[in-house]
Order: sequence, then C-alpha cells, then structure tokens
Amino acid sequence: MFSEIAQYFRTEALPHIWCPGCGIGTVTAAFVRAIKNLQLDQNKVVVVSGIGCSSRMTGYLDFNTLHTTHGRALAFATGLKLARPELDVFVVMGDGDSSAIGGNHLIHAARRNIDITALVINNSIYGMTGGQCSPLTPHDKRATTSPYGNLDRPFDLLDLARAAGATYGARATAYHNQLLTKLLVNAYNNPGFSIVEAISQCPVSYGRRNKFKTPADMVLWQKEHAVTRGELGGEDFLIGDIFKAQAPEFVAGYGKLRERLRGGSADG
Amino acid sequence: MQGNEACAEGALMAGARFFAGYPITPSSEIAELMAEKLPLAGGSFIQMEDEIASMAAVIGASLAGVKALTATSGPGFSLKQENLGYAAATEIPCVVVNVMRGGPSTGLPTSPAQADVMQARWGTHGDHPVIVLSPYSVQECFELAVKSFNFAEEFRVPVILLMDEVIGHLRERVELPDAVEVVDRKKPVVPPDKYYPYENDASMVPAMANFGDGYRHHVTGLIHDITGLPSGKPAVTEKLLGRLNHKLDRYLDRITLYEEVAVEDAELVVFAYGCTARSALEAVNAARGSGLKVGLFRPKTIWPFPVEQLEKLSGKTFLVPEMNCGQLVGEVERVVGRRQVHRLNRFDGELITPDEILLKIQEVMSGVQ
Amino acid sequence: MAKQQALLTGTGGQGLILAAIMLAEGAVSAGKNVVQTQSYGPEARGGASKAEVIISEETISYPKVMNPDLVLAMSPEAYKKYGLPLDEEAVLIVDSTFVQEVKPRSKNYFALPVTRLTKAEFGSEQSANVVALGVVGAVSGWLSYEDIRQGVLQRAPKGTAERNLAALELGWRLGLEAKAQAGVSGKAELQNAGKG
Repeated sequence: MFSEIAQYFRTEALPHIWCPGCGIGTVTAAFVRAIKNLQLDQNKVVVVSGIGCSSRMTGYLDFNTLHTTHGRALAFATGLKLARPELDVFVVMGDGDSSAIGGNHLIHAARRNIDITALVINNSIYGMTGGQCSPLTPHDKRATTSPYGNLDRPFDLLDLARAAGATYGARATAYHNQLLTKLLVNAYNNPGFSIVEAISQCPVSYGRRNKFKTPADMVLWQKEHAVTRGELGGEDFLIGDIFKAQAPEFVAGYGKLRERLRGGSADG
Repeated sequence: MQGNEACAEGALMAGARFFAGYPITPSSEIAELMAEKLPLAGGSFIQMEDEIASMAAVIGASLAGVKALTATSGPGFSLKQENLGYAAATEIPCVVVNVMRGGPSTGLPTSPAQADVMQARWGTHGDHPVIVLSPYSVQECFELAVKSFNFAEEFRVPVILLMDEVIGHLRERVELPDAVEVVDRKKPVVPPDKYYPYENDASMVPAMANFGDGYRHHVTGLIHDITGLPSGKPAVTEKLLGRLNHKLDRYLDRITLYEEVAVEDAELVVFAYGCTARSALEAVNAARGSGLKVGLFRPKTIWPFPVEQLEKLSGKTFLVPEMNCGQLVGEVERVVGRRQVHRLNRFDGELITPDEILLKIQEVMSGVQ
Repeated sequence: MAKQQALLTGTGGQGLILAAIMLAEGAVSAGKNVVQTQSYGPEARGGASKAEVIISEETISYPKVMNPDLVLAMSPEAYKKYGLPLDEEAVLIVDSTFVQEVKPRSKNYFALPVTRLTKAEFGSEQSANVVALGVVGAVSGWLSYEDIRQGVLQRAPKGTAERNLAALELGWRLGLEAKAQAGVSGKAELQNAGKG
C-alpha cells in the first residue's frame, strides 16, 4: 500500500512522468520499503541520480535528493560521502547512465569500495530519449539505433562491478519486488560499494519493438527467466545475492589516515 | 613560494577542506599540496578517475557543506564544463583553478598562454553567472584564492581562478597573513517546513541548507521553481534565469577588482591581466620614463568584465597585449569602441616581453600624436 | 648592479630547477626581491632544462631573464643554446664533465668538472646541482655563503641536508679556487680542483 510509504514521498511532486506499464514505479516502491525497513533517518539519507527515466525518481522522494548530470551520479555521490561520511548515500541510475556514459565512474566507485549503495534500473534501453540501444541491450534486440538487431554484446554489469572491486552485488526484477527490497537492505548493510541491478520493463521504447505485446508480457518474461540457481537457459538470468566480498572501504580508510596524521604519531 | 603553492595556501586559509582533481600540467602542484595538507587539516583529498568526476565530486562535497575546489588546465577545464554549468544552475558554491597553458587541444602543455579567457566565461551551455579572477603575482594567487572562496560562498556561484603557467610556476616572495577574512554561505533561518531552497530575498542569493542538516530538499540541473523541483513553465524559467543572470549586478562594485597605474593623464592605457600584466607594467614604467603619457589598467576580476571602470577611461587609446589570438580585447572594444583599441598578441608559448609592448606603445603613440 | 639575472641550464634530471629554487631562497633570506621561473619539456629525465633566477633590490615585474649576467651550462646542448651567444661581459660557467668544446672567450669563463668531482667526492652524481650552485654562488658573489646555505637547508629533500651542505661547501671552495686562479684574466679551467 502506498499509504505505508507515503511519508517518504514528496506527494506534491506527483504524478510522476513514467509511462503506464513502466517498471520504475514498482522498483521505486521496493527501494523506499528498503529504507523504511532499515529505519534510516530521513534527514541523513541522500539519494543521488543521473539523467534518464529512472533518475527522475529523486524528484519524488522526500530525502536529500540530488539529480545530477548524465552518467555522473556516482562521482557526485563520492564527493558527498567523503565530505560527510555519516550520510547514507544511495545512487539510482539507469542502464545507459551507469554502464555507458557513467561506466568509468562505476568501475572506480567499485575499485575504491566506497560505502555507497547503487541501484541500477536496467530496462535495456534509453527510454527517455526514445528507445536507443544501451550497453545492456541484449544482442540481436531492436532499438531505434539498432533497427536490424543489436550487433553489440551486452555487459554483465554485476560481473563488471565484481571484477572492479565491489563487495556486494545482487539482482532482482520489477516483478520480484519483495526480493528487491531484501537485496537493497543487504546492500545497505554491506560496508563498501554495493550494487543492485533491478531488471525492469520499458513497454513503450523496448517492449513494442521486441515482440512484447503488453507490459504484462514483459513482467511475465521477468518471472519466467529469473533463476535462483542451476543451469541458465537462453534468456535466463540469476537473481538474488550474486556476490559478496570483503575489502577495505575508502572513506573509513581516509578517516584513519586523517586520525593518524592529526594524532601526531611519530611517523605521521 | 610558487604561484600554485600560494593558491593552495590561500584555499586552505579560506576554509577549503575538500579537493578532488585529476593530474594535469601545469596545475598538478596544487593537487599534490592538497593531498599532503588536507588530511592534516581535517579535510579530504581525492584523486578522481577523470576531470569530469573531479568537478562532480567537488559539487557533491560543497552540497554536504564543505568548501571545495579542483584545479586543472585547458583540456581538463573543457571536460569540466558541463558540471560547471550544473553548479551555476543549482547555485552550489565551488572554486575551479585553471592554470592556463597553450591550446587548442593538447597544445603546449608546459608553456604559458591566456587561452581560456572566453572558455571561462562561455565554456558551458546556456546563460549563467560566473566570476573569474586573474592573479598576476604569487602574492595575488594567495589573495585571490581567498577571494574566490568568499565570492563563491557569498553569491553561490562557481568562481574560476584563472592563472597561467608563468604565474603558477613563478617563485617569488610572498607575505602570508596569520588570518584572512572568511565568508561563509548564508544558511536558512526558518524551520525546515518553511524552507524553500530557491526562494530569494532582496539579496537575490537564496539561503543554502547543507545536505544532512534536516532541510531535505531537491537539487536538479533542470529548470526549477523555488521548491527546487523541476518545472518547464515559461514563467518559472524566466524567473529563475532572470535572477541567476542578474544576481551579481548589485554587487559589481565589490566583485570588480582592478588596479590602475598612472591612468589619469594617460593618452594610452595598456589593458593587461595575468602574466602579461607584469611585462606591461615594466613597459609602462619605461614609457613614462621616456616622457610618454601611458598608464596601465589591470583587471584582477576579468568576469564580470569591468565595464563601468573602462567606460570612465573611454576617449583614451587602448593597447591590449594578450597571450592568445585576441580574446578579452573584444570586450575592451565593446566598451570603449573598436577604433580606440590596438592589439598585441603572442601565442608561441613565450611570455610577451616588456620590449615588445614598449615598441607597440611607441608605434601606437606616434600615430596618436 | 640593480638586477642580477642567472640561467642554470642543462638536462632534465640534473636538479637545476631545485638549485635555482635554492638560489632564490638564498636571495630571500638576504632580504632581496627574487623571481624564479623555468622552462621544461615533457621529459622528467633528459630533455632541455632551463631555470631562471632574477635577484634585485627593486620590484621585479617581468619574470624572465632577458640579458643574463651569468649562465651555468651543464650539457653541450645547453652550452650551445645559452652559453655560446653569451656576451663576454657576462659570466659563463660550464661543467667540463659534459661540455668540452667551448668557443674561446677572452674573459669571464670558468670550466670546472662539477659532475666528475661530485662523483669522486660522494660516490654518485647526485648533488652535482648543489655543487654547481656553490660554484655559481662563489663566482658571482651576489649572495653570502650563509644566505645560500639557508636556501639549501630550506629546500633540501628530507634526510639530505647534510649531504647537500657538504656539496655546497665543495662547490663554494671550487668556485673560490677558480676565481683565485682566474685573477685579472677572469678565466679558469680547473681539472682537479676542490681536493685541497
């Protein structure tokens, strides 16, 4: 029910801009429930976003919200978190935002293992600009800039983040809403860089070019192809916790350096 | 002390406690000094993955309430432009140091130039306010670094400290004061439920709440109303852009910093800034020594352009030496009239010499008389 | 002289910019006005290096050396560029370890094996820059030993103060010796100086 999470919304900013059938709204609800479950102080929560459909989420949420430039949300968030470590910093990005124009910032946030929770809403397409292919558009799928089928291979974003040094990675879908909330809670609780990929649907810019007749067909596709373990068939993907690791966290490390230098120890 | 070093000292004394940057000649000494000194001062330094990220991190830190800067040079400055526009639109105070080198492109990485004077004003898209300061000595690197932060905080604008390779790497004697006047951003005095982040009073500069201080609000690069939320309405757009582009108007007297040398009776005024002003000063002194009525107008604030100050000197002949193909000279022409203005441009990576300027002074004045 | 202008030239990595900074710091400690600049290429090692120092009782505006009163050349390339065209009224000092062919000058010429002597004394070429600084200081007579010593102390990298002071002393002694030998002719070419 919306009423149970309404306190986290700027209701005056509604209605939202998302199309009927879009998955971003349900992902937003899962995200807000995670913050509610974590009982975080609304005044200490910062949500940073880039540019695109999913990044509009920040405008509707009643936290400290920062809607930045395309691809750069993690870089803004890095400055915020380092300057004020006590803030709970979440970053919401789309697939193009996080993996194309913002790919460099993603791998370096992961490399630093900075204590930020990133939510990537992957709808396989640049929706806001009208349906161009992104680095997460599956091979052979249609987009306005891949009218004959996408020749590129897509990233596995979680593999990328793990290789770059992130310490928590998870995946759910707009359909697996409760799981998504649970994974976001796990991600927040990981003291390092965490990334949660939420597979979502864009019926208008992706679905109708790729043989999905209705938004419901896309949600059913999520249900059918999400796998928790075992063999992956053609379009299947894993959901749940994908990886966990331990590594030094950047902001804490900097705090220790500061303490050591200012403590006046002999080797400082 | 070196110019870059003095700039870092000035930033620290003005209260800067955050630096994000990316290595680039000839500005890197500033980052290196900040890496050493900021943790000692209780601040933070981070070397980001690129120039764009550095600018973004600086804005993020400032929004968290920490005075922040980055330092770069021509090509890096180009990369920062989109986020610089973001800072202008969202009115987040920040300081960008640009130690200019020769361009375009990679150009002359280790040689001086005054190549980014227009980029500093118009590099990002759209109309927006910006303050650009240009020091001509190591002492002034320190002083204007302090001013940069004070202006950024008071007016909520990005301030660009536009140095050049000569000044950045020049070593000369400086006197650092024990303390300087430090200005901090205006904070909201109303309770959070009465706070509108972009509501302005007569000052034209809205009070700024830091993230985390209980004043939850939205910051966006989209055109926004006083609540901070996006709006595409023409009336909202006109109101925001009108205020942004005029908010410095009433403070021009304080923002426009300049020095005049012997301009009262001068028939010819040399208009020079940054490293070029050093050569110009020597040339003006030499010209005076030989009986020529020559003066120097040296803007320390090059944007907003010192229109009123130059208008007072209109009627005189001007000579504008610059280490580019002619950038700020266009503004001088706009104010005092094209026919009154002569140019002297050098763009080979070498500093203009006093002799070159003196020769040009003599040439122009023989035509004047 | 109202204004003293020096060029310390050679190859990147020889430490001439640091030597120039030390000279400038020395001038500051003597209460004089000073500016120090440099030009350099992309190479951290090798490539041409030129450090400039202007010392004056008056304010210095134009910060680059126009008519040097003294040139130190520590590579053949630097000699060709800055030493060869140098007026005979100005002082030319070359490191004869590297600069062996020099156009004859009637006066104000000092050829000293700075780097070779540094190696002989300290076992490595490191500190040749400070030895050269000592020579420049003693030959020019612009600043006192104590002032330049202050400059070296302020700018010597951590843990190298002792060695750099020894290097300064060696250079200063070399410079005085050369000056004495030069006498009125103002020319000296020492091969084994500095040992006494």
